[in-house]
Amino acid sequence: MDLENFLINNRSNIIKKWRGVILASYPEGSQRFLAKEKSRFANPVGHVIDRDIETLYDELVKGEVIDKITSCLDNIIRIRAVQDFKPSHAISFVLGLKKVVREELEGSPVENGLWGQLQAFETRVDEVVLLAFDIFSQCRQKICDIRVNEVKNQVGRLLERANLVCEIPENEADI
Amino acid sequence: MADTPKPEELAGIDYLPPLFRGWINEPAQIRPGIYCYAAKPKNLDYVGMPNAREWNPVDDDWKLPENWKEIILDGIRERLEKFRSFKLFMDICVRCGACADKCHFFIGSGDPKNMPVLRAELLRSIYRKNFTVGGKIFGILAGARDLTEDVLKELWYYLYQCTECRRCSLFCPYGIDTAEITMMGRELINLLGLNIDWIAAPVANCYRTGNHLGIQPHAYKDMMDFFTDEIEEITNIKVEPSFNRKGAEILFITPSGDVFADPGTYTCMGYMMLFHYLQEQGLDITWSTYASEGGNFGYFTSHEMAKRLNAKMYAEAERLGVKWILGGECGHMWRILNQYMDTWNGPPDFLEEPVSPITGTKFENAKTTKMVHITEFTADLIKHNKLKLDPSRNDHLVMTYHDSCNTARGMGIFEEPRYVINNVCNNFYEMPPETIREQTFCCGSGAGLNAGEDMELRMRGGLPRANAVKHVHEKHGVNMLACICAIDRAVLTSSMEYWVPEVNVTGVHELVGNALVFEGEGERTTDLRGEPLAGMEEEEDV
Repeated sequence: MDLENFLINNRSNIIKKWRGVILASYPEGSQRFLAKEKSRFANPVGHVIDRDIETLYDELVKGEVIDKITSCLDNIIRIRAVQDFKPSHAISFVLGLKKVVREELEGSPVENGLWGQLQAFETRVDEVVLLAFDIFSQCRQKICDIRVNEVKNQVGRLLERANLVCEIPENEADI
Repeated sequence: MADTPKPEELAGIDYLPPLFRGWINEPAQIRPGIYCYAAKPKNLDYVGMPNAREWNPVDDDWKLPENWKEIILDGIRERLEKFRSFKLFMDICVRCGACADKCHFFIGSGDPKNMPVLRAELLRSIYRKNFTVGGKIFGILAGARDLTEDVLKELWYYLYQCTECRRCSLFCPYGIDTAEITMMGRELINLLGLNIDWIAAPVANCYRTGNHLGIQPHAYKDMMDFFTDEIEEITNIKVEPSFNRKGAEILFITPSGDVFADPGTYTCMGYMMLFHYLQEQGLDITWSTYASEGGNFGYFTSHEMAKRLNAKMYAEAERLGVKWILGGECGHMWRILNQYMDTWNGPPDFLEEPVSPITGTKFENAKTTKMVHITEFTADLIKHNKLKLDPSRNDHLVMTYHDSCNTARGMGIFEEPRYVINNVCNNFYEMPPETIREQTFCCGSGAGLNAGEDMELRMRGGLPRANAVKHVHEKHGVNMLACICAIDRAVLTSSMEYWVPEVNVTGVHELVGNALVFEGEGERTTDLRGEPLAGMEEEEDV
């Protein structure tokens, strides 16, 4: 059996443990709610984690379709970027997958002879971490942009409309 | 027979109820992105709020007055005597947890101290220690703790992580209104000058100039003149609003956000067009550059402060000699009107019971306050076929509707905005039932938390609402979110930009303005925002 088959056959177990790693990053008093409440509207955070790590895992195993990986990562990290996490903690759940997979492999009959494949898989995980870093930065940048836009909206247009400033119009007629 | 536990097993039982483990001894970490800047002393001084001073929430020393503990405890004592509800809410919670997972801040943050029950426990624990026999004797076993500086800081931090939206109270089997606990808590910390400037500055400005930004009457009128030109450009109709006109039948009051902040400005244009349309049918209405604010940030400070600001609206109505007041699309203005105004400043006997001059409808629900919500007014006009509407002018929009917490849970306005939207738009889709009407999710930035420095807090608080919007966007192609609150219009725009950037935000009367058909108007190619109407995209490109 090669690593891909191992990861496919042990999919639910690995995802369950990986999900556990992510949930453990939240305060103890919230973990039960995040894990148990199944309504996507009552518990958007738990729902996104459940849904998107499954797709993320499948795409990582297949080793392709970067768009899907980006979209799943974005859903999870967009949330974590505004929660009480340090930047490294916000994206470290991706690396958690390496540990989970190694633990699953440990003692399994397929452990021997998979070193090369495992290395390739872990390299993909590392690449996804870098992608996660990009997404986290974009989210934080977006928050700054929103803040700047709000200030501009409040003050800039007010001055203009009160005739206190007069900027060059977009399409000025020829004189 | 059950096994009898051994002595060592009995000794190992933890008698501390789960709710009192952990958090009660963990001081809050005040984090950037979550807290709002401290109130500037000038803004507190101006309205006579106590203990005004320069201080910084992230400093160790908050420069508290020496007798700060005494001030808080006396404040609690006074309010326990004055407000029966406060006493009940302190005593009757059984910590069943029904409210725990209903708060948008808890759902979005995963911070257990944002569970409404736990947020209330921050204050209840102080109450128990100082005002109950059980708390004095059993201390932490009874969920009681000493009032220390750390406890005070934690209280401050979390009181400004509640938008007083009341979703939690909807699920409380005892009917405990956690928002009122937040209000009491904020009153108490205001005794120590611990307000945030995003609340204190609008309060001071509103008290002096009449609105949150401190916009003076001439600038207010300039803005309206600007809208008049915009409307004329789009519709070829020149509207002529009147200001501070004595003897008018109706005074119109709306949040200043409608006049000064996009996208509320388009809603304002909608009001102006509606009033102009109705002029021929006998509408006699005036705006006021003095009662230029419907919002009342005093409400996020203390009952007394809210009362003082609310009184200004009625003072202006009396000065102008109008018969009744029509109110614009605002959130907490209406909760105050519906739940507090009559006790504070009522009854305004110098006004008359509101009657629509167009349809003759008596607004009996406004018999005591003499103030009618504009969606009730407009829905009544539509019901009586008084408006010629072309809903296809909103065909470029696929709508959904966000029930603003204050008008929905605070006064039960559910049908009127939907009725208006369905008459001026052809594409409308509801969000899932557990996220609308009474169960609506807060925008995440109400109760004075719509500052900029707490953007992380706002985004996480806005997640549950945005999540439902995202659902209807993906399912039905929704691209516009309507609401009837000025804070919603401003902050949901930012929330959408982060969570669902394909969706914009509008007031209901912007949609009315788009659909309203005037006699002699020019052909419309764009909506009030200058966006091409459906089928007009090419003409706009030329």
